[in-house]
Amino acid sequence: MDNDVEVLSSMRYEGSARRSQTYNKTFVDHIWNFFSSVRVGVWLIILILVAAAIGTIFPQETFIPPNVDPATHYESEYGTLGLIYYLLGFHNLYGSWWFIILLGMLGVSLIIASLDRGIPLYKALKTQRVTRHDQFMKKQRLFSISKEAELDEIKYTLESLRYKVREENGNLFAEKGRFSRWGAYVNHVGLIIFLLGAMLRFFPGMYVDEILWVREGEKASIPGTKSDEGQYYLENKEFILEMYDKKDKKFNGALSSVNGEVAKNYQSNVTLYKTKPNHTIGEDPELVKVQDGEIRVNEPLKFDSFALYQTDFKLNEFSKMSFELEEKATGKKFGKLTVDLHDPKKKYDLSNGYKVEIEEYFPNFILNEQNQPSTINNLPDNPAFVFSMYSPKTPKGEKAFVGIQKNIEAGENQFKMSFAGIETKDLTALTVKKDHTLWIIALGGIIFMIGVTQGLYWNYRRIWIKQNQDGVWAAAHTNKNWYGLKKDLDFLVDKTGITPLVEKETDPK
Amino acid sequence: MAEISSTLLYGAFIIYLFATLFFAMSLSDKKHEKAAHTQKWGKIGFITSCVGFAAQLGYFITRWIASGHAPVSNLFEFTTFFGMMMVLAFIILYAIYRTNGLGVFAMPVALLVIAYASMFPKDISPLIPALQSDWLKIHVTTAALGEGILAISFVSGLIYLIRTVDQSISSKKTMWIEIVLYTLVSVVGFIVISAAFKGLGYEASFEIMNDQNQPEKIVYEMPVIAGPANGEPLDDSFGPVFSTPSWMNGVDASIKLNTFIWSLLSGAVLYGLLRVILRKRIGAALQPKVKIKSELLDEISYRAVAIGFPIFTLGALIFAMIWAQEAWSRFWGWDPKEVWALITFLFYAAYLHFRLSRGWHGEKSAWLCVLGFWIITFNLIAVNLVLVGLHSYA
Repeated sequence: MDNDVEVLSSMRYEGSARRSQTYNKTFVDHIWNFFSSVRVGVWLIILILVAAAIGTIFPQETFIPPNVDPATHYESEYGTLGLIYYLLGFHNLYGSWWFIILLGMLGVSLIIASLDRGIPLYKALKTQRVTRHDQFMKKQRLFSISKEAELDEIKYTLESLRYKVREENGNLFAEKGRFSRWGAYVNHVGLIIFLLGAMLRFFPGMYVDEILWVREGEKASIPGTKSDEGQYYLENKEFILEMYDKKDKKFNGALSSVNGEVAKNYQSNVTLYKTKPNHTIGEDPELVKVQDGEIRVNEPLKFDSFALYQTDFKLNEFSKMSFELEEKATGKKFGKLTVDLHDPKKKYDLSNGYKVEIEEYFPNFILNEQNQPSTINNLPDNPAFVFSMYSPKTPKGEKAFVGIQKNIEAGENQFKMSFAGIETKDLTALTVKKDHTLWIIALGGIIFMIGVTQGLYWNYRRIWIKQNQDGVWAAAHTNKNWYGLKKDLDFLVDKTGITPLVEKETDPK
Repeated sequence: MAEISSTLLYGAFIIYLFATLFFAMSLSDKKHEKAAHTQKWGKIGFITSCVGFAAQLGYFITRWIASGHAPVSNLFEFTTFFGMMMVLAFIILYAIYRTNGLGVFAMPVALLVIAYASMFPKDISPLIPALQSDWLKIHVTTAALGEGILAISFVSGLIYLIRTVDQSISSKKTMWIEIVLYTLVSVVGFIVISAAFKGLGYEASFEIMNDQNQPEKIVYEMPVIAGPANGEPLDDSFGPVFSTPSWMNGVDASIKLNTFIWSLLSGAVLYGLLRVILRKRIGAALQPKVKIKSELLDEISYRAVAIGFPIFTLGALIFAMIWAQEAWSRFWGWDPKEVWALITFLFYAAYLHFRLSRGWHGEKSAWLCVLGFWIITFNLIAVNLVLVGLHSYA
């Protein structure tokens, strides 16, 4: 009975002996007590909330253009505020150590607060008695004293409302929806599993995230997919880009109001191959076809534990350039050559003593800071060449620098390379993903939703009936939805004629 | 089909207006709350709301048929749907609690949301590849339903504050109530002013350099207070008073900022007029009109969170993550819209902990519900219009 008096202050944890309220000596006790506090937990939630909001003021580093230096980008784009944002490290907020630590602390708080409360509460609710202390009854929010009451009728009525009723020495205890009290703990378990799943990503073998560019008509090995059984390869047969027809009547209004076109479909038609097991790197692999597939946005290609997502594309990349050797004076042509821009040959023999050599090749030409010809990278976006042209008339060769709309000669040449066409190819970019943590994260999400629904859509209602000298006492409590409890009680009063339970004036604070 | 659809939406709007009026009639009775008069008009108001909802459902279905996809794919469609979900949430909560006063406030807020929506381009737009998925309808409708229910907790919380905060003296609390009411009045101002300038056919053009460094013409439909960051006026109309800061780089940021300023200004004029007419704070004028028991209001606002929070989590986070995994190969990418959905989730999680573990009932809880709705509208409006990200397809 003493226990009852103690719990008057709070019905929440049923006066159960929580570790955090019992021990306060060692270092571990202090840590435990700190994290078991709901106040600390809520503060952590608020800190994470505020930090997350700050991270959306300016775009995060991952959303700024890939070629710019963040150190200067934030200041040039957003002024002094941008510079401060960058200096404080907010441009990479969600990956910062302190944000991760906050998330970790929230995880610890979830575990400790749940253990600290859940286990004692379970014990307390399991062993709760039918007969409660007078003080306990009186202090309930809903309470009444009836002159007399038919106990069997009360019991029968409450059972008809699907309460579980226990009887002891002429006193009654009716409860309904006890399981909803576990909702909070179930959803916390779900969240802990979710966070653990998110952490598992950093363990090797659990997670692959690569990007794969493939040209039309080419095969490429898929990064991250090598195993003892072999390596996957992908052939890009065709990349398709479709736009909405501006004349389409249905969307006419919307399409005519935008500049440019609106994309309808990004699609890669591919064939998946696999090598035979144990092939050695460097050898030309012997590929076995696995399957054909079409990859669209929202429709990844899935195989084994991998998935390929349509992520990006590049249209009309230069692939081959053709030139003709031309005598300037006569305009006569002496043969054509086609340069594969990804794999140019050194020499092109045009027979009859005519030939062309490539002295230098700049796939993506630029004049560098020293004013020297150079290349930005290996992508043939702006190809330029230094050609040596040989003919029976000019056996020593003539040099010319040739690029797009450029033709610079060292001296006065007799021959020139005239442009004779270009071939282009489309490229597709696919994200290669393997994620063994997904099912754990999904499991956590499902458990969380079950727990939240259990805790918020149901409630734990309790009614105590006690026979005292001055009459029959009735008291009722619910953890939420008092409106529903009162409806139950109205029904009970109506059926049994006990004094209506009245609500105590609740403290407005 | 598209015409039937817009007629139905227009019809729904008018019917909601009448529903508000009927609920207001139920309160105007000076006699006891339970008078037959109150019950009669409350019932009529409720039935009218249901009819209005049915009309709007008709709009939704016919527009779906006309466009071939769920009409939740641009700001007009989503915001309209959000208003519709608010009405649904109100209907559900009214069915439980039968509180006429809730209708007097909930229906106008839903009306404001729908009227606000109608200011965006209403054309049926085609779906970009990222949106071509069944998850569009599943994710967006569930999220909007959750937000609609949470919005009712705001309405109920606001009535609680109007009902209980001491209006005999001017305090910080009365000031904040006025700020919230002024914000609502500004939405009215926005609608009035946009409709007015549209009626006048006002236009002012500028030439700006776009992201690709190409000259582009942009057209304001209101007198220009906030001009574009680097723009040349193409005609000799009024303004600009100042230039929009260059870090505001959403789509058409300067036009939106300009509209925002006009909304605040016209809101201020309307609010000032109301103050002059009423000769007291609007909160003080409303206080004697709301006679609902404060415990009941507290209970309704909490119940709305209890029902809305799981639905919001399911729609705006879990379904969103499943879709993001399918479309973008990662279930989470810290996109501003995602982050603000997470912030909303964390906020209501904090609310529930304050309420259930720390005993924050009544007034504190009501203030939190008001703040929660601010977060939801911020995510709806500002994240699309001001911040850039994957969801800025307005």
